[in-house]
Amino acid sequence: MRRILRRHDWSRGSGDVPGGEIIPDEWRLFGEEATDADALIVPLAELRKDTAKWLSRPGRLGIRIAPAESVESLADVLPHTALVAVEFPGVGDGRGFSHARLLRQRLEFTGELRAVGEGVKQDKIFLLARCGFDSFELPDSEIAAEALAALRRYDVVYQPGEPIEGIRRQRFFA
Amino acid sequence: MYKYDDLDQSFVNERVAEFRDQTRRFLAGQLTEDEFKAVRLRNGLYIQRHAPMLRIAVPYGLLASRQLRKLAEVARHYDKGVGHFTTRQNMQLNWPKLEQVPDILEHLATVQMHAIQTSGNCIRNVTSDHMAGIAKDEVDDPRPYCEIIRQWSTHHPEFTYLPRKFKICITASPEDRAASLTHDIGLHLKHDAQGNVGFEVFVGGGLGRQPIIGQSIRGFLPLPDLLGYLEAILRVYNRQGRRDNIHKARIKVLVKALGVDRFREQVEAEWQASSAHAPQLTQAQVDRVRAHFVPPAYEALQNVDAAAGREPEFQAWYRYNTREHKVPGYRAVFVSLKRHGENPGDITSEQMEAVAALADRFSFGMIRVTHNQNLLLGDVRQDDLFLVWQQLRGLQLATPNIGTLTDMIACPGLDFCALANAGTLNVAKQIQQRFDDLDYLYDLGDIEIKMSGCMNACGHHHVGNIGILGVDKHGEEWYQITLGGSVNGGYTALGEVIGPSVPQHEVAATVERIVTVYRDQRFDGERFIDTIRRVGIKPFKESAYATHSAAA
Repeated sequence: MRRILRRHDWSRGSGDVPGGEIIPDEWRLFGEEATDADALIVPLAELRKDTAKWLSRPGRLGIRIAPAESVESLADVLPHTALVAVEFPGVGDGRGFSHARLLRQRLEFTGELRAVGEGVKQDKIFLLARCGFDSFELPDSEIAAEALAALRRYDVVYQPGEPIEGIRRQRFFA
Repeated sequence: MYKYDDLDQSFVNERVAEFRDQTRRFLAGQLTEDEFKAVRLRNGLYIQRHAPMLRIAVPYGLLASRQLRKLAEVARHYDKGVGHFTTRQNMQLNWPKLEQVPDILEHLATVQMHAIQTSGNCIRNVTSDHMAGIAKDEVDDPRPYCEIIRQWSTHHPEFTYLPRKFKICITASPEDRAASLTHDIGLHLKHDAQGNVGFEVFVGGGLGRQPIIGQSIRGFLPLPDLLGYLEAILRVYNRQGRRDNIHKARIKVLVKALGVDRFREQVEAEWQASSAHAPQLTQAQVDRVRAHFVPPAYEALQNVDAAAGREPEFQAWYRYNTREHKVPGYRAVFVSLKRHGENPGDITSEQMEAVAALADRFSFGMIRVTHNQNLLLGDVRQDDLFLVWQQLRGLQLATPNIGTLTDMIACPGLDFCALANAGTLNVAKQIQQRFDDLDYLYDLGDIEIKMSGCMNACGHHHVGNIGILGVDKHGEEWYQITLGGSVNGGYTALGEVIGPSVPQHEVAATVERIVTVYRDQRFDGERFIDTIRRVGIKPFKESAYATHSAAA
């Protein structure tokens, strides 16, 4: 069962641990068994094989985007998309940080933005959240309590970014 | 000098706590080698040939005496009592223990120091002119803007996992003393017609395997837009920079692939599109930081001829190791870390403490680290110079060789670095021995030797007047020699390889044959680099191998 760390201030916002909670994944992935009503995450390349078919599906639509793919190319489908899953395939690939910023700031995507892949470590979670991610698929190696604590790792920041509970000072503003 | 407020101090403390936790996870097996590597490098910790190496940030080369004392204490307690200053104005410790690094960082945090982003594929320590704030030819003091960039680049949410390392340099003098055009971004501070501060922006400079000189993409960037424009550059790079090949991942490769005009267009378009979300510098923010860099309490003095009537040794030191200051009655004093027989840039804990004491007594408690791996006491009264010289001489920090051939740059090389192909320190010693005669050195004048133990070019060999690059030849250490490189005096150029590499025992002799050609060819008072520019490298090429080829 995939473990999802979800920040509270994204949706309903309650739980025992401040900042977020660990929930089982309510989404199915493309290739997994799913009914038409299930929320389903489809890779961008798959979606583009028959965009109309995927958009007319009754269940909620999520799109998975790889580091080398262009977020701008999602513009036409974003209004019908409930979740964008951005891949972080390894320790060092940081293209997804820019994907997130552009999705939130330029494409004005307001749905769930999820970081997925082996690169989603607790060491990145604070920065990811600042770029606009509100959920994180935890690799098996991550300890849930530590990943949750990482959301509160810093209470001061220098740059503008998504507000995170617990930040008390920021230096630069847009 | 900038002093931390609660935000800065809290951040550094929280980073220490995070790194302590990361070290714990690694030692407990929770982080793989690769995963730990990504996080430890972003905090200055390398795993080297013999031991870990910790690179401590000295932002734009500025140190308070209490910070230098702390470095001395840390080097003594956690290392072998020696630190090494680098070409990027940082300090490296070569023998710390992995499990003690969090403690070292905690010590450093008590004096507002850290090792954040001194390595790894992120925005590195911002560098600047060691004469910042005291140079006569300066447009304005660049240090407040260095500090602003230091803060903005610290733990940047979007740009901490870049394709490759990213170096920013600011200079404010026509005589670029900070090698700004060999940086990923070089900023030249300027005033517009109304006296507003702004920057000419150069991108895509870098050394390494593919040395390239930075190109201008904007003539004048107004100060309030500084961070927003940097973010536009970084975003274009973060998205398009190559990640498939570490040797092609620097921004210079992207700039070259797109062409500088297309790169500029993309940056400008990105900048326009992101203006609503980009950080804007307010006057209040700039003023707050500038207030930390007000000039010290100089006395109203006249210039004096401090060398008049003194012994020749002092006169030589005065001529080579001190520099003009913009305030009458003061001079800037180099603390030479290039004593013959010592590793360039090395300094013992005792020397650090003594230099800190000298700074307190004679230079407002401040020390600067230079790009050439020396220290500088920036604000010494001219009537104190003789006393300062006597003290430095007693500390063996007064070798009067600044700017001469033995004031050479060298990376740590094969003795310490896991990447190196060849030793540098023994070659440096060879050269120092051969050119130990000061009169001979002075006759040769300004010559910059820069030496790297591998093509990563930490010793900047491409831009040395004489560049020396260590190469591995069937398991033996050989050296490739380049001529005509330069980063000083407003002239930036890459050196040209003169021919096949030479074995280790031949390097100093080859250098001597090269400078002999110079002595034969030069006009009266012509510097080495100017002779090369005038006559080309051909005559040097012909003579450099004379004896060596005959022997082989």
